[in-house]
Amino acid sequence: MRDEVVRQATISAEIVKIAKQDAAAGPTRTGHPRRDYAPYRSSLLRHPTHELVRVDPEDVERLSPAFGHTDVDILESDLTIQHTGEPLGERINVFGRVVDGEGRPVRHQLIEVWQANASGRYVHKRDQHPAPLDPNFTGVGRVITGDDGEYRLTTIKPGAYPWRNHLNAWRPAHIHFSLFGTAFTQRLVTQMYFPGDPLFALDPIYQSVTDPAARARLVSTLDHEASTPEISLAYRWDIVLTGPRSTWMESEDAHD
Amino acid sequence: MLMTDDTAQVVRLQTPSQTVGPFFAFALPYEGGPTLVPGHHASAIRLYGTVFDGAGAPIPDAIVEIWQADERGVLPRELGSLDRDGYTFTGFGRAATTRAGDYGFTTVKPGGVGGKAPYVLVTVFARGLTHHLFTRAYFPEDTALHATDSVLSAVTTERRSTLIATEMAPHEYRFDIRLQGENETVFLDFDE
Ligand SMILES: [Fe+3]
Repeated sequence: MRDEVVRQATISAEIVKIAKQDAAAGPTRTGHPRRDYAPYRSSLLRHPTHELVRVDPEDVERLSPAFGHTDVDILESDLTIQHTGEPLGERINVFGRVVDGEGRPVRHQLIEVWQANASGRYVHKRDQHPAPLDPNFTGVGRVITGDDGEYRLTTIKPGAYPWRNHLNAWRPAHIHFSLFGTAFTQRLVTQMYFPGDPLFALDPIYQSVTDPAARARLVSTLDHEASTPEISLAYRWDIVLTGPRSTWMESEDAHD
Repeated sequence: MLMTDDTAQVVRLQTPSQTVGPFFAFALPYEGGPTLVPGHHASAIRLYGTVFDGAGAPIPDAIVEIWQADERGVLPRELGSLDRDGYTFTGFGRAATTRAGDYGFTTVKPGGVGGKAPYVLVTVFARGLTHHLFTRAYFPEDTALHATDSVLSAVTTERRSTLIATEMAPHEYRFDIRLQGENETVFLDFDE
């Protein structure tokens, strides 16, 4: 049995319709994506239908595992030196700060990243995109944030890649990030994008964040000043982890 | 991205979540991730289950994390939570589901804190899930403590059972996670 082929125009129309509905309802409290987001077909059977139950966090939720330099080798922040040869692609640095909702640095916490190679192919058994693997690029890195919440990675710019959500679905280039905050409630898995990607409007994963201001927070900025001459361009991406101690309520009140 | 209020305190807005996607298997699972204590540990338990979607099909590309106190009810604060030295209990575990949708941890039963019912915090990530889900795995033998637990009291009796693991054999607890549909797991939101 073969599913009917869904075209981009159908997906795009759904994206626009939901965006209009959500814009009319006003901005969301957190800016997180909808879990029920039909244009991303895999979400259909994988989102809860009951409201989440609001709970006062206990100590387990208010604390987070402690990571340290014994967890991560300093070389793991450079994804371009994991093999004997040089990886193909455009070499970049990605850097920024991880802070909480009050702007305090999230110090000494673990960041894990993974990504496709310059051709848009993952080192993953189930990635069937026939683009070439790069023997000199795995696409996995880890780093512990510094005293000021700062991090810096060296990698190559990942390629866009096709996926099977609908006919000719292509993901905008992105790097997957996994982060721990000071509380487990700040745990975040997300994706960083590159500025000006023409695939943004077409991509149901990026668009699952229906608040445009929140969506913009997923996009890095080119920081030309931070380039390494003759070697790499640099993209800045600051990350904010809010949690149970977030002051969003007070800040919104302050604006009224 | 930045907002400044009258007291000039800078308030920063949350970076949104995005799905973990299907291709994390070469990046997130790590050696010893599901093994918080060695299997021969005197009080080792198995905490395991299957992650199901709304059609009742097992989810082969989910990843489950747990975070919990030790047997005395103390949360580990030592650095090196990914390390598995066979001795230090770090309280953190990570397990990707198998092709059959199964995950499993070898850990200890946490002690209760302040006379409260012990539980393991469980976090689920999956392709198709745009934002992870939190839940708690309580233990079936703690019935008396459950009666006063604020989370268990906040849900209907019917849904409450989804938060309590089933003892399958001594030291073996099954905690299935249903993202949607019949017996949908109770998921929690900790934002105040
Ligand atoms: Fe991806």
